[in-house]
Formats: sequence, C-alpha cells, structure tokens
Amino acid sequence: MEKDRRDFLKLAGSVLGLGATAPAAALASTGGRPVQEEGTHWAMVVDTRKCQAKEGCTACTDACHLAHNVPKIPEEAHEVKWIWKEKYPQAFPNQVHPYIEDSLRDRNVPVLCNHCERPPCVRVCPTQATFKDEQGIVTIDMHRCIGCRYCIAACPYGSRSFNWKDPRPYLQDIQSDYPTRTKGVVEKCNFCEERLAKGQIPACVEACVTAECGALLFGDLSDPESEVSRLLRTTNTIRRKPNLGTAPSVFYIV
Amino acid sequence: MASRDTGRIVVGLVIFLVLASFPVWFSATQGRSDYRPELEYPAGETKCVESKEYMRTWHMDLLNQWRDSVVRKGVRTYTSDAHHTDYDMSLQNTCMKCHTNKANFCDRCHDYVGVSPKCWECHVEPRGAE
Repeated sequence: MEKDRRDFLKLAGSVLGLGATAPAAALASTGGRPVQEEGTHWAMVVDTRKCQAKEGCTACTDACHLAHNVPKIPEEAHEVKWIWKEKYPQAFPNQVHPYIEDSLRDRNVPVLCNHCERPPCVRVCPTQATFKDEQGIVTIDMHRCIGCRYCIAACPYGSRSFNWKDPRPYLQDIQSDYPTRTKGVVEKCNFCEERLAKGQIPACVEACVTAECGALLFGDLSDPESEVSRLLRTTNTIRRKPNLGTAPSVFYIV
Repeated sequence: MASRDTGRIVVGLVIFLVLASFPVWFSATQGRSDYRPELEYPAGETKCVESKEYMRTWHMDLLNQWRDSVVRKGVRTYTSDAHHTDYDMSLQNTCMKCHTNKANFCDRCHDYVGVSPKCWECHVEPRGAE
C-alpha cells in the first residue's frame, strides 16, 4: 500500500514537472525576447542627453499638439497632453536612488505613450475602444470611448488625459485635417498613425530634427536593420518601469 | 328618438373630427407637403464616391464602414463601385474637401428630417462655411 502511494507521487511529480518545463522551453527558444507578431513594430528611442542639451526646447510638444488639435487648458486638473517633459526621477521612479548624479536628477525627459507590447490600458477597456493595432500602436477608437477612465487608472505612465470639458474653446488654430476630441473621451499619443499611413515620420520626431536636436529616433523594431534596431543593439537603453512587465516600445538613452 | 343631447353630441363630434384631422387639412391647405430641401452641390464636381442615389440613401452606412475600416483595421483606401476610383476614406479630408459648405449641404437635409449626427462634435467642418 505504502509503495503504491510512493509510485503514484513519483508519477504525479514527473507529469507535473513535464508540464512546467514546456512554457519555460518556449520562452527559452526565443532567447528571452518577447514573441513578436508578424509585421511592423513601431518604436522610438529618446536620447535624453541630446534633449537636455537643448534645455527649454518644446518643439516636439508644440508640433504634436498643433497637428492633433490638443488643447492648451490652463487648469492643471483639466490638462490634456500627448507628449511632454518630466524630470528623470519622475519618469524613472524605479531607476533612481538618493545618491544619483546631479545631471540625471535635473534632466528633463520627453515622455509619451509607451505603446506597450502588453498594454494594461487595453486589458481594462470595457468597450475595446482602446486597442493595439497590427503595427504595435496602442490607439483609441474615439467613437467607442465611453469615458469610464479605467485606462487612465490602468496606465502606469500617466500617458492618458481625459476631456473634462469641450476642448474646442482652448484651441487657437484648429487643424482641419485632423479631428478634435469631445467632452467625455480619453486621449493620448497615437504614434502619428495618420502620418505613418502616408509614409511620414511622427510630427514630434520631425520637429526634433528640424530643431536640430535629433534626440528622437523612430523606426521599425521588427526590422533588424532599421536604425532603431541597430541603435538598441549597440547602445545601453532603458525603458520606463520595466518591473511592471508592460514592455514599452519607447526606449531611453540616459 | 332624438335625445335632448343630440345637438351637443354632434357639435362635439364635429369639433373632434376637425381637431383630429388637423394634420391632414392643415398641410393640404397651408403646408408645404411637396417641400424638398435644396442642397448646394460642389461646384465643378461631376461625381461623388458612389452614385447620387446610393449616396442619398446609404451615405451614413458608408461613413460607418469607412470609420471602422480606418480606425479598427487601418485600411484607408476605398475603391468606388460606381467608377473604380480610389479614395482616401476620410470625412474631413475627402468628403468635406468637395462639400466645403456643411450648412448648405449636410445640415439642410439633416435639419429637414430632424436628425443630428454627432460627427461634428469632433470632426472639424471646413472653413468654407464661415
């Protein structure tokens, strides 16, 4: 009787053990890298050193907010932002310590939606208004957004803004080729998918180049020969809050 | 066997019939039952994305298809069934580039039939209307 039980446990143990090795083997086969779906995976590399060299520059924000009809609302509680600057310790709270070098402590870092590979905002959206498209862009279908703001609560980067009021009175120069938003919907950076569709690079990247800063680099991560892929292979880069497992598509050189 | 209330009943009935048939006789005498909103068509344009009849009946469904196609699937080009021309599926950048006056085109019909589409809460109407 006792021997039977021992045999049973041995058998059960080996079966369970086998089951556990399968996912581990699958992960190992990709070399620890996330499994990429086919096709384009847009990504951005931000060189914070170059950005800091042009302190006070707002070219990227200005260009983005103009192109996408993002309102400038003075009350901070009602602010709407797609791309803006944060201090390094705020942008990278997990990658900071009390004795950090001065240049990092005071560094302004451009932040925007990270277009995560595993976006928490998409998981919580009850209407599937926000979703990840085939090019790795996390986007919002404004027609479906019901303004519940679950995504705002879920996003660990504060990348999303809510339209507490009608944005139009706060827009001086409404661009007629892009919509505004309406009261009651959430908005954020869309990686300029409307420009990418026309073969253009994002407005912020273009503005950064025009401002002769060159701190923003944009490209296809699924193409190993793209500029971003090469830069990521040869330079040390970090992502925001890596411990959360969201796998951002925006990388930072510090 | 006329009851003493016959007169009152007849008068009441007449008043009732006059009031109940108000929509019929009012529109026949005073109304404009043959009224049709006059739309201002884009000058210099000969054809829309699809035939005029199709657009008149189905433009709202076509726009919904365009919306879903662009936003959800990223497919942005529409090929016309009527004349096989390619169009960028965009309300602001295709439709309103020809129909530059929303007030004299969209609104005239929408006001007449009493519908208020929510498109314009976000989509920007062309400056031509100003």
